[in-house]
Amino acid sequence: MESTSLNLRLQVWRQPSTQASGKFETYELPSVPVHASFLEMLDLLNEQLITEGREPVAFDHDCREGICGMCSLYINGRAHGPQQGTTTCQLHMRHFEDGETITIEPFRAKAFPVVRDLVVNRSAFDRIQQAGGYITVNTGNAPDGNAVPIPKTDADEAFAAAACIGCGACVAACKNASAMLFVSAKVSQYALLPQGQPEHRERVLSMVQAMDEEGFGHCTNTGACEAECPKGISVENIARLNRSYLGAQFSGGGHAAGGGSSMA
Amino acid sequence: MSPIKLFLLSSNGRKTVMALTGLFLILFLVVHLAGNLQLLVPDQGRSFNEYSHFMSHSLLIQTVSKLNFAFIILHVLYSLWLTKQANAARPVGYQGRPAKEMTTWSSRNMGILGTLVLAFLLVHLKGFWFELKFGEVPVVLYPGAEESLPDAFRVVSEAYANPMYALFYVLSMVAVGFHLYHGFQSAFHTLGLSNYRYKPMIRTVGTLFAVAVPALFALIPVVMYLQKAGY
Repeated sequence: MESTSLNLRLQVWRQPSTQASGKFETYELPSVPVHASFLEMLDLLNEQLITEGREPVAFDHDCREGICGMCSLYINGRAHGPQQGTTTCQLHMRHFEDGETITIEPFRAKAFPVVRDLVVNRSAFDRIQQAGGYITVNTGNAPDGNAVPIPKTDADEAFAAAACIGCGACVAACKNASAMLFVSAKVSQYALLPQGQPEHRERVLSMVQAMDEEGFGHCTNTGACEAECPKGISVENIARLNRSYLGAQFSGGGHAAGGGSSMA
Repeated sequence: MSPIKLFLLSSNGRKTVMALTGLFLILFLVVHLAGNLQLLVPDQGRSFNEYSHFMSHSLLIQTVSKLNFAFIILHVLYSLWLTKQANAARPVGYQGRPAKEMTTWSSRNMGILGTLVLAFLLVHLKGFWFELKFGEVPVVLYPGAEESLPDAFRVVSEAYANPMYALFYVLSMVAVGFHLYHGFQSAFHTLGLSNYRYKPMIRTVGTLFAVAVPALFALIPVVMYLQKAGY
């Protein structure tokens, strides 16, 4: 008979601040309903810790419906846990066994410093986005959507790339802590559409440069990012980024991105 | 900073160097294999020795050979440089063991495989390239030939008479195969020459290449050992 609740042993990374060193603490958490989400399970743990007069575990969350990209967690060696194609908030305790030990760690990368416990600072992604993840538009009335012809396949691929929620699971899962899947998704969502063309060349150069400056690793095409991405972003986007980057390097006109003289 | 400098310092630029040098070495393997298969021609090594003599006296081949050494060194140095960056990108490692079924073993272990290939290369160069270039090589005069040739065939066949040496070559080719299995398709991906339409083809060709080329290379020491052992 299937049990309706689980008794769990949790190994949780505790780190008081960015500067402090962290370590694993082990907690026993009894009677966790199988229908609880993973974050609800952590809520239960925190209630228990507060009752005991101990410091609750800090973890990131916001929408709890898999679209905001705020939750993270590296659970039993998997970014966003064992279920594919979901964020941690969409993971439920029925995917775990009674008596199981669950190891919960923050997403680990130099560019994602731990703020506290399981909370990491992912503003490196914001800075990469600011380096080129935008388009120029004319002010005034919105143009008629159907006036700009876009092939269906291009629209679909751009939409699939735009599904990236910037959670950082790609970085967490990559053995090199590379941000290439994120950057490639952000570049691809514009690269495939006419609206993205005016800044395309500079966007690619600037975003790759920003990515390197943040201290992410390089891409060795293992495909771990695609496998762990809760939104199923394809590594084909990385090939497109590489293609665009080389193209932008050797295509004429313009100036070097971020070279200091680009403010003409 | 100049655009070219910016490019060569970027992780993408450095990966491009890895891909281009890797593809050049892949091309080199094909030429090397075509030449080496002549070791199996049953003519007391005449075609191999004639080929070997031609290669060592062609300006073009000697130039390409120097380029080849340079690319090997570049490929190794850039891999170390990129690995250093990757190690720095995750100063605190995970305790949880990452799921293995998500990625291929080859793709996760290119560094180890590359080190094995490099170790093989050093032994290989010492045993053959260095010996033939700087060692005392016996000469052979084939009937009807005007001048005698260095007997490279004999150097090779004597080396492979040692079963441990032949086995080392066969095992090394396994490492080369796994390195190629990831490296071939990864190089195309890095250069952006892969998309939904071509990826399946690149994967298939890459896998066939990674199996066939090392297998044919490995066949040579096996056959030559068996011939020498009198089978």
